[in-house]
Amino acid sequence: MAARTLKYIALCVGLVVFGYPFIWMIVGSLKPEMEIGNLKLWSSLLSFNSYRAVFTKIPIARAFFNSMFVSLSVTTLVVVLGSMVGYALAKLRFVGKGVLYILILFTMMIPFQITLIPQYVLMVKLGWTDTYLSLIVPSMMTGLSIVLFRQFFTSVPEALLDAARIDGCSELYILFRLIWPLSRPVIITVAILTFMASWNDVLWPMIVVRDRSLMTMPQLVAIFVIGGEAETQLGSLLAAATLLALPIIIAYSFFQRYFIESMASSGIKG
Amino acid sequence: MSSPTNIFRRFKRSDRTAYVFVLPYLVYFATFVAYPLLFSLILMFHRWNIVTPMEWIGLKNFIRMFGDPLFFKSLVNTLVFLAIHIPLQIAVALAIALLLNARLRFRSFFRAVYFMPVVVSGVVVTILWQQMYLFDYGVFNSILTSIGLPRVPWLVDPSFAMPSIAIMATWKNVGIYIVLFLVGLQNIPGELYEAAELDGAASANQFLHITLPMLNPTVIAIVVLSTIGGFSLFIEPYVLTGGGPMQSTLSGMLYIYNQAFYFNHMGYAATLGITFALIVLSVVVIQRKLIEAEA
Repeated sequence: MAARTLKYIALCVGLVVFGYPFIWMIVGSLKPEMEIGNLKLWSSLLSFNSYRAVFTKIPIARAFFNSMFVSLSVTTLVVVLGSMVGYALAKLRFVGKGVLYILILFTMMIPFQITLIPQYVLMVKLGWTDTYLSLIVPSMMTGLSIVLFRQFFTSVPEALLDAARIDGCSELYILFRLIWPLSRPVIITVAILTFMASWNDVLWPMIVVRDRSLMTMPQLVAIFVIGGEAETQLGSLLAAATLLALPIIIAYSFFQRYFIESMASSGIKG
Repeated sequence: MSSPTNIFRRFKRSDRTAYVFVLPYLVYFATFVAYPLLFSLILMFHRWNIVTPMEWIGLKNFIRMFGDPLFFKSLVNTLVFLAIHIPLQIAVALAIALLLNARLRFRSFFRAVYFMPVVVSGVVVTILWQQMYLFDYGVFNSILTSIGLPRVPWLVDPSFAMPSIAIMATWKNVGIYIVLFLVGLQNIPGELYEAAELDGAASANQFLHITLPMLNPTVIAIVVLSTIGGFSLFIEPYVLTGGGPMQSTLSGMLYIYNQAFYFNHMGYAATLGITFALIVLSVVVIQRKLIEAEA
């Protein structure tokens, strides 16, 4: 019994360690500047001044739109194109199938440090720097998504496909109308992993975007922090951080189980 | 193996749609994987500021690198980070996983909260920890002074800064590894413990001789993933310390970034990128060999 109580105490300490900083961030962003310094989670006054400061100092609404637009486009492309390649690898016959699969596995092992600089050069040559294209196109396919789709589609019974083919359905119809509705788990997994990676990515936007009106959320907030625009106002830093964290935290609170399972499964394979 | 006529026959028997389905990937692969790979091999033999024409300089980038104290500094910094981050990560993740691996109320709630830093942007985490690490008013030093201990110069002292970042990174990532350990723990057959129980093995011995060896694959995964993560360390030092104090948090990725985008040394940055990539790959291979040999 004592051991059990001790266990719960330890787990609750864990709750404080992992949860408290986020609660402090959200509460702090809503407190008057004077009161943020202390560790208390309660304040006499509710204040939106910090948010007002963020919205007037940096184009954060625009950055929010940019991030949403980029992350949703990337996620859609990765799911659609990834499932097409995954389907071809799992269910179709074509020359070079084995080689292609090995190639995809190989790309997953390349450290990004090698390709980063030449990819930037490519963006410059194509004239894509400071455009949405540079943020979307280079991440529109991932090896991991193809591998996950292929693995899932392999388990779809061949008889189902043959029946549809006899009825004269095209492969396109079979994939998007027949198999997609059966594939919700893998689609959700790929979508979550891709959206999260795209929303949180900051290195690549730092490299290809210099124009403030095209910056993504994490990039703009990072520059806000180091560029001194926050003018040591802790409240506006916390407000900016909250705006950056909130979409993912909200998505996470709805799809918590999916997030954890997706990350764990990709971790094991990665 | 397959003669031209054979390939032709296989081509005729194949599903035409398949080529349409994989074509986008082939274009993508050629443009964003193959071309950059080849181009980086060319870049490393050149001096180039991206504006004026490229200038062939042979192996000078490599010669420069081997005489560059900052290259070695960034490599050592990364190793310092890994030396603290990996053991800490494994210890904390395993401890929490063992706590959670039981019938508990609110088990999934605990797990969900511990996992939260994983999904949130590194920029958010860095902003929060910057406040917690403050010398005068940060949470950590407030706690330390309230129990009569001296303040720790978390981010202001060169010998503390990288360990501080390693602790922060552990807090951010440990959720993934808790889940991986939980999966690993649940895959251990219960009969093993029953048999040990019958033989009268103490629970400490059961842990050492059953639990730990059975978790070996999970440990390999964690070591490899953390190593790759350590070599990609960028935004944390970029925002938190700018690589300072005294270059003590200059990570490999941050150094590549500075060379490429502050100094426009594209050729040298590509050389550093290739070198760091080769180091990551060889470290990961060696780790796997070592851990597998150990088991």
